[in-house]
Amino acid sequence: MSFLQLRALNKHYGSVKALDGIDLNVVAGSRTAIVGPSGCGKTTLLRLIAGFEAPDEGSITLDGTVLANGGSSVPAHKRGIGLVAQDGALFPHLTVAANIGFGMDRGEADRTERIAELAYIVGLDKAILKRHPHELSGGQQQRVAIARAMARKPRLMLLDEPFSALDTGLRASMRKAVAELLESAGVATILVTHDQSEALSFADQVAVMRDGKFSQVGAPRELYLRPRDRMIAEFLGDAVVLPARVDSGFAQCPLGRIAVDSTERRDTARIMLRPEQLTLKCTSREGMSGTPDMLFGEVVETEFAGSLCTVAVRLLNNADPPDAAAIGNTPLILKKPGMDAPTTGEVVRISVVGKAHLLA
Amino acid sequence: MAVADDHIRPTDPPDNTARRLMPLSVESVRPAPAVVAPSYGALKRSRQLPWMAIAAVAVSLLAMLPMAFIIWVAFQTGWDTVYRLVFRPRVGELLANTVLLVLCTVPLGIVLSVALAWLTERSDLPGARLWAWLSVAPLAVPAFVHSYSWITLIPGLHGLKAGVLISVIAYFPFLYLPIAAALRRLDPALEDAAASLGLGPWRIFFRVVLPQLRLAICGGSLLVGLHLLAEYGLYVFIRFDTFTTAIVDQFQSTFNGPAANMLAGVLILCCFVLLGIEVLVRGEERYARVGSGAARQSPPVRLGRTTLPCLLVPAFTALLSLGVPALTIGRWLVAGGASVWRLDEIGLALEQTLFLAVAGAVLATLAAIPMAWLSIRAPGPAQRLLEGFNYMVGSLPGVVVALALVTITVRVLLPLYQTLATILFAYALMFLPRAIISLRASIAQAPVELERAAANLGRSPLNALWATTIRLSAPGAAAGIALVGLGIMNELTATQMLAPNGTRTLALAFWAYSGEIDYAAAAPYALIMVGASLPLTWLLYVQSKRMAGR
Repeated sequence: MSFLQLRALNKHYGSVKALDGIDLNVVAGSRTAIVGPSGCGKTTLLRLIAGFEAPDEGSITLDGTVLANGGSSVPAHKRGIGLVAQDGALFPHLTVAANIGFGMDRGEADRTERIAELAYIVGLDKAILKRHPHELSGGQQQRVAIARAMARKPRLMLLDEPFSALDTGLRASMRKAVAELLESAGVATILVTHDQSEALSFADQVAVMRDGKFSQVGAPRELYLRPRDRMIAEFLGDAVVLPARVDSGFAQCPLGRIAVDSTERRDTARIMLRPEQLTLKCTSREGMSGTPDMLFGEVVETEFAGSLCTVAVRLLNNADPPDAAAIGNTPLILKKPGMDAPTTGEVVRISVVGKAHLLA
Repeated sequence: MAVADDHIRPTDPPDNTARRLMPLSVESVRPAPAVVAPSYGALKRSRQLPWMAIAAVAVSLLAMLPMAFIIWVAFQTGWDTVYRLVFRPRVGELLANTVLLVLCTVPLGIVLSVALAWLTERSDLPGARLWAWLSVAPLAVPAFVHSYSWITLIPGLHGLKAGVLISVIAYFPFLYLPIAAALRRLDPALEDAAASLGLGPWRIFFRVVLPQLRLAICGGSLLVGLHLLAEYGLYVFIRFDTFTTAIVDQFQSTFNGPAANMLAGVLILCCFVLLGIEVLVRGEERYARVGSGAARQSPPVRLGRTTLPCLLVPAFTALLSLGVPALTIGRWLVAGGASVWRLDEIGLALEQTLFLAVAGAVLATLAAIPMAWLSIRAPGPAQRLLEGFNYMVGSLPGVVVALALVTITVRVLLPLYQTLATILFAYALMFLPRAIISLRASIAQAPVELERAAANLGRSPLNALWATTIRLSAPGAAAGIALVGLGIMNELTATQMLAPNGTRTLALAFWAYSGEIDYAAAAPYALIMVGASLPLTWLLYVQSKRMAGR
């Protein structure tokens, strides 16, 4: 069923374990992102799939063909797997057209037309074809690299942080364009990146990698809202992690009694909320009275940063916390839209949207 | 002047090692002109620049003297005579010899150097570092010593084939050094990209790796070509006539007659044709890595079962290029025993050589200061044009410079003929480009900001210059002096034609003895020349490694 299968991949460099038992299934035509901090082994994994290096143990199977098994490995040039490297890796001695046509047969009849067509598909102007790579901008270079890889009609496309060298604005639009392009061509894609928002927005399936292992693999939303542990939670975005006592679908924590996504019973547990699950509503100290079941806080610090504003809120009352003293003094750090963010000294009412997630 | 722009024009030395050493490293040594801050104070400019500029122009005019004189002689001689002297079978023969020599030697050298560079830089060849050093070391053996060791090993050696064999052996490091450096700097991501596009290892080599070595191959080929045109001693041993040997012959039989001058004129044209071809082939393309970030180091290619045959390539090359000279010099030293070490004579030769080398090197370095200073601190179109002329003149064979100076001194300044002043002047002219290169690299290490800071703290301009730039660039300048000095030490052609009567340098003594077929007596001189060149060859090797970031 799955198009690409990785089974128990291991790879050592001397005494350093670069990959430690990697398993992964990629569905045909889907998009997978592998995300992790630098040095976690994600580029090594990509090089193994591309065929530049052979695994020490484990197998790689693409579309029913075994590409690597143990030490034996099909060389890169016979795999039919496309690759777009970090900075494009365009051949500096060739024109853009020659770069795009590099992998085509020289005798191919409609070569020129295909090059022009590919350039059009990736959104390159025709006039650019006669130029050399160093005359192009970073975004254009990446487009050429993608067209060059697409020219081979690859079964699988590997993207090795291809957007990291681009400006922030360009990065998002390129990402979207590439995702659409590959999807319409029906090419399965693996993106390697250290940028979690890029991984979450690009892929159908995200694998979080750390120290040569996958910590968790799943759909982006699933991973974001239900990370397995605190490290994954914090790697994928801002998180509010609280100590709690959980029982039958509810947690007793410094924020009161809130719903959790588990019916487990645990006396000491940690739950996670994404900051956007907490809403702040301005009120006053007078408004606090007579509402013992509501939670209030005081804004102790705000930091304006344009569209988003960082707000630190210290709890004013809390219901039956396991370690109330400690938590009560640690402000919650939340990012709120800058437009109507509360100002320092204001009293706010805090409420929780949705369920909290129980961390392992 | 595109020629001079990003490559060092070699000065072409007839036969010496040191001279050859420097240009190799140029490419990377050369500082980017961007070092100069655009906001150089207008006031300061008006004070310092004119003097430096005037000095640079004066030096350049002097450097152009030999070529100008040859052209002037051609005009004076009259078209009919020129026609008669140039368009004759003998010149055709020499031209054919020279062209064939270049056409055979350069491609063979390229193939050998690419193979060696790939094996030492990109494969898991056992002892790669040793083989890399052994591929540079032949530079320490002056070309005429290579030839001497072959002719005494195989006395019948002569003609084009022998010329090509020894030329490849003596000069291939000029190609090896830049090619190895370029291979080291290649971005492995490009090869990965080509593999992912369906190319096998061989096709990757020819379609991706080789094209990117083009600059290195062009530069190295030009250097080798210019040396082939200028070399004298090597070809005399094996009785192979080129323009340079014919000019010296002509000079020895008819002194400075128009025939020798016309041959020199054709030789100058040959040099310019080589320079022109190189500019055309090199093109304007940029071969640098596109994109940012540090290039990953590519893992060495496993040779596996081919390791043994691959080892034969560097081993055989080292045997021919180093084993043969070592064997012959050693054999003659043993055969000659203690009697060839005529210490008084060797001592005298050493003393004279050292004096000429030091005096010539200091003079060349002093003359290089204005040009080098301008190229770092005030680059511009006029400065580049001037520098381009300097390199073009520097690519002229020593025999041309010598012939011109003989003609000038004999016709115009007879008292100066065969004097110390003339020979030192010739050395300064011949080695000027090399001195400029060394100095420029060292001046670039002293940022102009320091000079300004010194001025800011109340030093006068000259005092500031002394306290910062000159102090900081002194080590580099000293290395440059050493390189030029070594070049002079192994110089044969110009010394032979210009030095005062009774001068007997190491090279001249070696030449005289081997001319008398007293090969044993020549051996100690060869040994001293090789021994003196080795440390600088090592320095060059280390420098090239460091510049490639290893």
